Amino acid sequence: MLAIAPVHYLVLAAILFVIGMVGVLTRRNVVIILMSIELMLNAANLNLVAFSRMYGLHGQAFSVFVVADAAAEAAVGLGILIAFFRNRETVNMDEVDLLKW
Amino acid sequence: MFFLNTIWMVLLLPAAGATLMFFFGRHLEKKFVNAFCVGSVALAFLWAVAAVWQFTHSGMPHFEKVLFTWLGSGTDVMKIPSLFGGPGVFRVNAGVLLDPLSCVWLLFVTGVGFLIHLYSVGYMGHEGGYYRFFGYMNLFMFSMLTLILANNYLMMFVGWEGVGLCSYLLIGFYFDRHSASTAANKAFITNRIGDAGVILGSLTVFWMFGTFDFVRVTDMAHANASTLMGQPIIMWATLALFLGACGKSAQFPLYVWLPDAMEGPTPVSALIHAATMVTAGVYMVARSNALFSLAPKSMAVVAVVGAVTAIFAASIGLVQNDIKRVLAYSTVSQLGYMFLALGLGAFAAGVFHVFTHAFFKALLFLGSGSVIHAMSGEQDMRGMGALRGKIPITYKTMLIGTLAITGVPFLSGFFSKDEILWQAYSAHGGQFRILWYVAFATALMTSFYMFRLIYLTFFGQGRMSHEVEHHVHESPATMTIPLIVLAICSIFAGYLGFPQSLAKPLGIHAETNRFERFLAPVFENEIKVEARAETAAAPAPAPAGKPEGESMEYLLMLASVGAMAVGCGLAYWAYGKTKEKVREPINAFAPPVYRMLLNKYYVDELYDVTVTGRTAVGPVRGGAIGLGEACFVVDATVVDGGVNGAGWLTRAFAAISVWWDTWIVDGLCVNGLALVTRSLSYPARMLQWGLVQWYALVMVFGVAGLFCYYVLR
Repeated sequence: MLAIAPVHYLVLAAILFVIGMVGVLTRRNVVIILMSIELMLNAANLNLVAFSRMYGLHGQAFSVFVVADAAAEAAVGLGILIAFFRNRETVNMDEVDLLKW
Repeated sequence: MFFLNTIWMVLLLPAAGATLMFFFGRHLEKKFVNAFCVGSVALAFLWAVAAVWQFTHSGMPHFEKVLFTWLGSGTDVMKIPSLFGGPGVFRVNAGVLLDPLSCVWLLFVTGVGFLIHLYSVGYMGHEGGYYRFFGYMNLFMFSMLTLILANNYLMMFVGWEGVGLCSYLLIGFYFDRHSASTAANKAFITNRIGDAGVILGSLTVFWMFGTFDFVRVTDMAHANASTLMGQPIIMWATLALFLGACGKSAQFPLYVWLPDAMEGPTPVSALIHAATMVTAGVYMVARSNALFSLAPKSMAVVAVVGAVTAIFAASIGLVQNDIKRVLAYSTVSQLGYMFLALGLGAFAAGVFHVFTHAFFKALLFLGSGSVIHAMSGEQDMRGMGALRGKIPITYKTMLIGTLAITGVPFLSGFFSKDEILWQAYSAHGGQFRILWYVAFATALMTSFYMFRLIYLTFFGQGRMSHEVEHHVHESPATMTIPLIVLAICSIFAGYLGFPQSLAKPLGIHAETNRFERFLAPVFENEIKVEARAETAAAPAPAPAGKPEGESMEYLLMLASVGAMAVGCGLAYWAYGKTKEKVREPINAFAPPVYRMLLNKYYVDELYDVTVTGRTAVGPVRGGAIGLGEACFVVDATVVDGGVNGAGWLTRAFAAISVWWDTWIVDGLCVNGLALVTRSLSYPARMLQWGLVQWYALVMVFGVAGLFCYYVLR
């Protein structure tokens, strides 16, 4: 049985991050994009926790901050989304171009 | 003191008559008009006599009664600094002032005025506008009495303007006649020139003394005589006042209106243009005697203007053919005498001549009116003659008037005229003796033209048409009674001023020079001619030259009587036996002189060229019309040109401004700058396509690129 080394955590985190990034870049639905952002944040958390096993509790503490930040971000993002939906009746990312020029 | 305290009733009575006529006269019958208008003047005369009686027996130097505050307020807020002290508060109290000077005027204005009103009842009996005539006459009486009873310059000016207005209305009484309305305008406008002088003079007096009141001005002028003597401002003030006197009293440059004023009805000529209104100038100068005495240069101007006017008008009178015009020029000439006396400082002598002149000139005018009445309106003496037997009362009274004006001894004119001649000869140590020669020549001319009038009118052969001759009749009693009364006055009025020098040799011990002494309080500063000083109560040390002066006076009297006789003789020789055609000896000897005199020295023509501009000299027009035309040209070219030019310039600038704004400001600066920014910013805009996911993709590739760069290098 292969021991689980730090490199496995890093690979898993990298896979999660890429999945999240591809979701952010490719999907049209804002809700999905927000979810993908969560995925990317949690990939970073995974790294933090993994390194925390080797170097002390700082990484875990930092990951708690990231979770809080992610929650706040999701709340603000969904709030904007709802406000936008009320105006434009859409959640399609392509149509959100009000600030252009 | 009842009549003295209610002296304002004298003003109110004619004013009431005038008001009644103007509002209700149209509907009143003639006898009511007569009763109200003649009655009011008669009552005013009686009132005036009673008031003067009370005044002379009260012993007051003057009687002043303030009726109400006319201008200004009681708060004394308006303080105006005056040059020589005085209250300096602009407040004018309307009031009456009765002193010997205004007494004289009051009596003869109301007295002669009443007689002329009475005469008008007969004379105007057949005329239209009867009530209008009497309304104007009463208004005139009111104005004239305001003028002479006023206690300050401003109120006097109200009367001054009032008589001018009435003069205008009455000259233009026959307003449907063009010559009459023109003459009225001429009189009014000429008087306005003088009035400007009165305004300036009065205001200068206020500036100097801080008050308009006659009494206070006189007091201050007397009190500060030594510092004020010869001050230029007094000279200018008095000259301005004298300009007014020139206008109203028809003196040299402004006399032209008076002969034309004969277009009015004859009673008007007698009342306004001979006896009363035209003496207003004399009154004002006499009233301001305290000021005039302080300005010797003004006095000299007054004397010279008076003398020049006297001889100038008398010479024109020599050849005039209209009976009223002869008398008009005679009036101008006699007024010149009065101003001569005033200018010499002999105020009392001037006023005395005003007094006597009022009677005999009113008499002569009324007589001429009676003649015209008899002649069915004919005024040209060449068409008269031999009226002596047909209108005897008129003839006799006119003869008395003529004898009085020419200075036949012991008639009124003799005393007053001789007084003036004597003053001209002796005043200021003979400094103005040249004026005596002028006045003497005038006396000769006066005699000539007056007897010419008498001879042409009453003697010789009748030259009127048969129809007119048939109509000749003596005037009714309302006309002859005033003539007779005035004739009596013309004889005896002079005895009020019976000269001392004559009284002694004739053995008369009655009071002499009463007139002069009555006026003495008014003319405190009058020059004292040495020969007259002996009338003073205190035995003054006898001046060395006195007996000589007295004999000189006799000589002058003899000379003027001689001049009168010569003038009379010449007139008899020339006109005494005139037959079909009037022969003019002046024309026979020197036709150019005759033509010049007949055309009144071409003064009217000269004024038409220079002052009014009715006559153009070639293409050039002078005077008022010329000035108006010049003003029009200036207005049309310079002023309007300036306006239009300014407009054109504004438009041009506006066009340039529009171009500049459109193409430079808006075009180049605003829009151009915007275009530059817009075009320069275009590439930058291209980067902002607005899709967040694309930005994120670019970011990912950027990070990847950087990663590759750092890892793989």
